[in-house]
Amino acid sequence: MTTWIILGGTSTIARAFARKAADRGEGVILAGRDADDLAATAADCAARGAPLGESIRLDARDPLTFGPIAERAGRISDEIGIAVFVGSMPSQEEIDSDPALIDGVVADNYSGPARLLHELAPLLEDRGAGTVIGVGSVAGDRGRIGNYVYGSSKSGFHAYLSGLRNRLGRSGVHVVTVKPGTVDTAMTWGMEKLPFLAPPEKIVQDIFRAADKKKDVIYTPLIWWPVMTVIRAIPERVFKKMSI
Amino acid sequence: MLWKTAELSGWGRALRGPAQLARPERASTLAALQSEVPAPAIGMRRSYGDAPLNSGGKAIDMTRLDRVLSFDADTGLLEVEAGARLGELVRIFAPKGWLPPVLPGTGLATVGGAIAMDVHGKNHHGAGTFGCHVRALSLMTPKGPKTVKEGSALFKATIGGLGQTGPIYSAKFQLLRTKGDVIVVTERRIEGWDAFISYLDASDATYTVGWIDATATGNALGRGILEEAETGGGLVPPAKRGKKVPVDAPDFTLSPPVVRAFNAAYWRRVPNAGRTVVKPIDDFFFPLDRIHDWNRLYGKTGFHQFQCVVPLAQAGALREILARIARSGLASPLAVLKRMGPGRAGYMSFPMEGYTLAVDFPNRSGAEALISELERDAAKAEGRIYLAKDALAAPETIRSMYPEHGDWLKAVRKADPGAAYETDMTRRLNLRGAE
Ligand SMILES: Cc1cc2nc3c(=O)[nH]c(=O)nc-3n(C[C@H](O)[C@H](O)[C@H](O)COP(=O)(O)OP(=O)(O)OC[C@H]3O[C@@H](n4cnc5c(N)ncnc54)[C@H](O)[C@@H]3O)c2cc1C
Repeated sequence: MTTWIILGGTSTIARAFARKAADRGEGVILAGRDADDLAATAADCAARGAPLGESIRLDARDPLTFGPIAERAGRISDEIGIAVFVGSMPSQEEIDSDPALIDGVVADNYSGPARLLHELAPLLEDRGAGTVIGVGSVAGDRGRIGNYVYGSSKSGFHAYLSGLRNRLGRSGVHVVTVKPGTVDTAMTWGMEKLPFLAPPEKIVQDIFRAADKKKDVIYTPLIWWPVMTVIRAIPERVFKKMSI
Repeated sequence: MLWKTAELSGWGRALRGPAQLARPERASTLAALQSEVPAPAIGMRRSYGDAPLNSGGKAIDMTRLDRVLSFDADTGLLEVEAGARLGELVRIFAPKGWLPPVLPGTGLATVGGAIAMDVHGKNHHGAGTFGCHVRALSLMTPKGPKTVKEGSALFKATIGGLGQTGPIYSAKFQLLRTKGDVIVVTERRIEGWDAFISYLDASDATYTVGWIDATATGNALGRGILEEAETGGGLVPPAKRGKKVPVDAPDFTLSPPVVRAFNAAYWRRVPNAGRTVVKPIDDFFFPLDRIHDWNRLYGKTGFHQFQCVVPLAQAGALREILARIARSGLASPLAVLKRMGPGRAGYMSFPMEGYTLAVDFPNRSGAEALISELERDAAKAEGRIYLAKDALAAPETIRSMYPEHGDWLKAVRKADPGAAYETDMTRRLNLRGAE
């Protein structure tokens, strides 16, 4: 049995993930900033059948909040699962007019989660079992003109997860990298013309299947695998003139 | 990215209109939206007409605020966010031995929509409306959350109140005990109108509903199938999968000869002597939900539903209403007859003790004229038409049918002096205008 620590528990996909975990009879500890919202999701999960529904404070930009989470993880007697949904995506235009925003984007999408995972890694190695799910993005596969600051932070996170997989795999802990395409969330609501927009429940279904089957890297929905294979194959001298 | 332009339509798809739509996922976002621009809340848009429309204005889609906030496993008292769908609550709680107290014919209706229309179910004769089981409500006002006490004028104006007192953020209501998540249904073939009424009067089942062949005339007028049911446990019915209507159906799909033939076959499906079957609970309560988007069967122009209730003493008038429908040949196979009890919880609630008839009509020539005659018949019989289904009525008709409209209006004006929560329906029916 797994108890999940869900980092970024107020995100749309995280909520769907927590509910699915509850349906499976697994415990959830939701970490994030909006305490009221986390408490509501925790109660919802408990009513749906999670043996544990709790919340704890996490601010990806405030490492002081990491210690208590690692401490709480240490008190989980089940197998430990860590699922990372933390992230933020200001528009490229906002970033272009205020480059200071880049620090926050990197903290939310990469350095915050990486540092917290690093604090948790020894515990996971010690247990010799468990799962880490890191949610990246197809945007991390290539730096596109419309979204490259966000993309580069996710790209850094992908590389981190790849190394962490190698490290933790040696002690029986599995790391899954999830690269979702566009998902119907609060973040994308109102954006125009999003291709292959998927409901959060679909992403979550794919995530659990990948975790159960110990897949390393998945694109979800699957259509993004061929799409990104093509996009990755475009030579840079052509790509640099494209505006996709 | 809080707002998005969307074309809204009710389930009948005959009326449509563009609106700016927000879809908050957190209470704090809903609160912020309400303090900036108060706008009406909408649910799954399972009302047929223009209740969930605000053409040219703003609306708040509540469907992502759908969490269980608390549940007392000893008493069955449940608190949820208003966007929670009733069918999902069945899925979660039936295996634990509890059911929502009232279930309309679709499990996709939200708790907010069930309260704002004070919906009834197949157990109305015993259990009353959904609102009868609500113990507390919380509205999200421009100044923040406000708890509405049971029995207050604001409470009675919110239940069945078409969202006019503001967005319901959460509700606490009482679940009912069930032995499990299957249902035992007895189906009986009914030969005609008089027999149907006597069977409905005599039924002492918890859940009772009649399907009626609204194309049958002469001696067969009012023939149908009576379903009586009780929940149960233990047996495991077979698994099933949903189907989807992929495109708008062509016009002939529901043409009169097709409907007549279908209805006759559907009626004969039940053996003469009747039968008892065990079904999964949602198959009985939400038979149509298995076909996603079935409203597309009516084609691009959509359809209307006429639903009225008349007092017990006016059963004869209801028979004449059915006769008029049967003569017109315009009805679709979806037609329901049921006896209602007196239970209702809001000033503008639909039910009264009597008989209710609901019939779907493809939006074809003649349908609108027929429906306005039916409305006149219902008014003459001291009956009422149901706003959850209405798209066509005139303001005077509704005023004359809802005697507590004045009480409602008073409480609504106090709660929403700026008329920020008006919808296409309240404007069409001038529900917020002077007495
Ligand atoms: C197949 C089918 C079968 C049906 N069977 C029945 C039946 O047996 N009995 C019955 O009574 N009805 C029945 N209905 C009607 C349906 O139950 C009601 O129309 C119900 O209100 C739909 O809920 P909704 O969430 O879709 O609300 P919507 O249609 O989206 O909204 C309905 C009204 O509620 C208001 N509203 C919605 N959410 C909120 C909120 N959070 N706060 C404030 N106001 C809100 C809206 O402003 C609007 O005025 C049926 C409908 C269908 C499609």
